[in-house]
Amino acid sequence: MSKVLVGVWAVLIAATVASWWLGDDHGLGAGDAAVLAVLAITFVKVWLVGMHFMELRGAPRALRHVFDGYVVVVPVALAWIYLAG
Amino acid sequence: MSVRAPAAERGRRIPGEAGVWVFILGDMLVFAVLFGVLVATQADDPALYERSQNELHVGLGALNTAWLLTSSLAVALGVRAARAQDGGAAARLFLAAVGCAIAFIAFKAVEYADLLGAGHGARENDFFQYFYCATGLHLLHVAIGIGVLGAAIRLVRRPPLSSRDLGAVESCTSYWHMVDLLWIVLFALLYLLG
Repeated sequence: MSKVLVGVWAVLIAATVASWWLGDDHGLGAGDAAVLAVLAITFVKVWLVGMHFMELRGAPRALRHVFDGYVVVVPVALAWIYLAG
Repeated sequence: MSVRAPAAERGRRIPGEAGVWVFILGDMLVFAVLFGVLVATQADDPALYERSQNELHVGLGALNTAWLLTSSLAVALGVRAARAQDGGAAARLFLAAVGCAIAFIAFKAVEYADLLGAGHGARENDFFQYFYCATGLHLLHVAIGIGVLGAAIRLVRRPPLSSRDLGAVESCTSYWHMVDLLWIVLFALLYLLG
């Protein structure tokens, strides 16, 4: 159980470094692709915190669905605002 | 008439008190609006956003993300220890999380001092106005979170822990994870979006 938590933490740290690298005009280059990749990585991180650290995996389905909805709707809305601007 | 939960819901439970989750989800919604405002500010004037963002220290932001992620890990491990009735280990892990939170605040203070010293105050432009507003509001959550973790430490130091105590501990730790979660998004939008 604690091994899973430490593994999730390591993935979260690695994802932070990856998004930093992408956001720093590397990899995909400056522009829409890099921004969308950073948004995607960010909300995968949010989902991992919710499922594993907040233990929403074992929560009643209604609560889990609300959280899952947040993790999908918010980045899509942000991407829409970004691309429309 | 049975009041038992349907089979699919059996064994599923809310981590902490339901009322705390209403607050957590409400807070996440308020911050979602703030996230939208930040992205709209970027979309409105990308050049200004990027120029202002270049004044920030992305390394400090990334390190602060690491502090909060590590604090969240400590808190999650602490809950496991509390469930195993190991109040001493739980208290130590929660205390380690408080240490990470204090490091976060110290790094933030260094960043604010550096920015203000270079003349980048909240009145400079829309980016800095929202930067101070968003990070300040989040910092308030960190400060409240330290008090909340303190309450969890007091709880686990009084064994044996009843299921009611454990529920209260989970409420505290769920709040703390939310503080971490909101920063994950703020870090991306404020430091990486340009």
